[in-house]
Amino acid sequence: MVAPEIKISIKDFSIYYGENAALKNLNLDIYKNEIFTIIGPANSGKSSLLQSLNRLNDLTPSYKKEGSIFIDNEDIDNADVESLRRRVSIVFALPFPLPLSIFDNIAYGPRMHGIKSKSKLAKIVEKGLREAYLWDEVKDRLDTPAMNLSGGQQQRLCIARILAVEPEIIMFDEPTSGLDPISTARVEETLRELKERYTIILVTNNVAQAARVGDRTAFLLMGELIELNDTKRLFTMAQDKRTDDYLTGKFG
Amino acid sequence: MNVYLKQKIAFSVLFLCTLLVIVPVLVILAIIFVKGMSAIDISFLTEVPIKGMKEGGIFPAILGTLYLVLGAVLFAVPLGVLSAIYLVEYSRENFLSRLVKLAIVNLAGVPSVVYGLFGLGIFVLYFEFGASILSGSLTLGIMILPVIITASREALESVPKSFRIVSLSLGASKWQTIRHSVLPHALPGILTGTILGLGRAAGETAPILFTVAAFYLPKLPTSIFDQTMALPYHLYVISTQVPGIPENVRYGTALVLLLLVLLLNLAAIILRYQFRKRKRW
Repeated sequence: MVAPEIKISIKDFSIYYGENAALKNLNLDIYKNEIFTIIGPANSGKSSLLQSLNRLNDLTPSYKKEGSIFIDNEDIDNADVESLRRRVSIVFALPFPLPLSIFDNIAYGPRMHGIKSKSKLAKIVEKGLREAYLWDEVKDRLDTPAMNLSGGQQQRLCIARILAVEPEIIMFDEPTSGLDPISTARVEETLRELKERYTIILVTNNVAQAARVGDRTAFLLMGELIELNDTKRLFTMAQDKRTDDYLTGKFG
Repeated sequence: MNVYLKQKIAFSVLFLCTLLVIVPVLVILAIIFVKGMSAIDISFLTEVPIKGMKEGGIFPAILGTLYLVLGAVLFAVPLGVLSAIYLVEYSRENFLSRLVKLAIVNLAGVPSVVYGLFGLGIFVLYFEFGASILSGSLTLGIMILPVIITASREALESVPKSFRIVSLSLGASKWQTIRHSVLPHALPGILTGTILGLGRAAGETAPILFTVAAFYLPKLPTSIFDQTMALPYHLYVISTQVPGIPENVRYGTALVLLLLVLLLNLAAIILRYQFRKRKRW
């Protein structure tokens, strides 16, 4: 077996909000083109980690960190923050469409990066929507408000919006927590497709979802990495008792 | 006592209080309208005053007030909106920013005559603009600045945080985020502040007293360095300083001032409605 290519490398990474440690001395590597899932109960530092990866945490005044994160061997602290956020996209738990039309939502990112040509934007929008499996449902009403879409459609719109900026890494922060089972299945299907071209990090507190789509799974508890393994191995033979308890639903 | 009865009483009291707010407005409007309507005709609105203001029209005062309001808004809105953006979007919550916010709130409480004296000292004398439309506009502009900043700040703060985060997470810069994802949605609120400021600027007498307003100047201003008549001051003059002005002329002038403010407000409200129509979240 060829050694997988490391995309993200997290070294001795800790996160503090004021006095509280949200993440303690984390070390892990994420490979290119895998679906890396992170599971764990609330307050285990999952979302904080995602927000650090594209430096959205910089916006939180009480945020402090120790350690480093490398993406393609470059320390993200040295990266230009706008282009970092372009490369490392995030899909939030709640779909947050901007109060614009469907088209303008997806064209927002490319426009901010200086693309003005209408035909070019139209192509990007169509491509994004197709990749997010939303095109057929909305192609006749691209100029209607995105807020009018259903919850599941809005979430796929957010995915399409991210694909339009051509990221390398896509982070999903509990993307289906507010969705019905059918919408959830569609989002999961999208995840598997996207994996071919993107590196995907999926944070979920739905254990079954991690088992369904994850290549490798990390279990975080109270800001500590308890266990990390291939998803199948983690689910069938967890080494740590706490992992086993969590997976079998003894707490969570 | 019965709960429902109590509720009925409470509602009645609230309703009466609300009614009481409307009554003075209606009474004032009615009196001014009835007493002033007879003075208003085309020549009253379009001609310059003659014979020591006893005859002729009030056109220079109307035009002067329009110029002053326009000047004040042109000066105060960009300045106010930009500083509100700085306060809300850029400055961190610290001692200095709290001090600035406190200062702005306090500026709103400064009596208008103090602004007048301030304008006299700074613009008329120190910058040597003289008593001119420029000095008057700047003075009025500073007076309405706090209103505009406060309204703009509230408008900016009411834009959901998710808009900013989404925009930033798509790789937009901070300024792009403000320009495209925050400001458009704050515009209706900013316009509300502008409307409030506008009405105040049009109606105040004290700030223009020392900085621009002419007692009797039966010609139109030709540059921003000219003095001009203005409606509120003109009203004061013909009501208290010059004897023998017919009553309907005084009330007619008040009516014109009132209608002018209402008209300006109406324009701003229509504009705001247009922006609101586009707002969907």
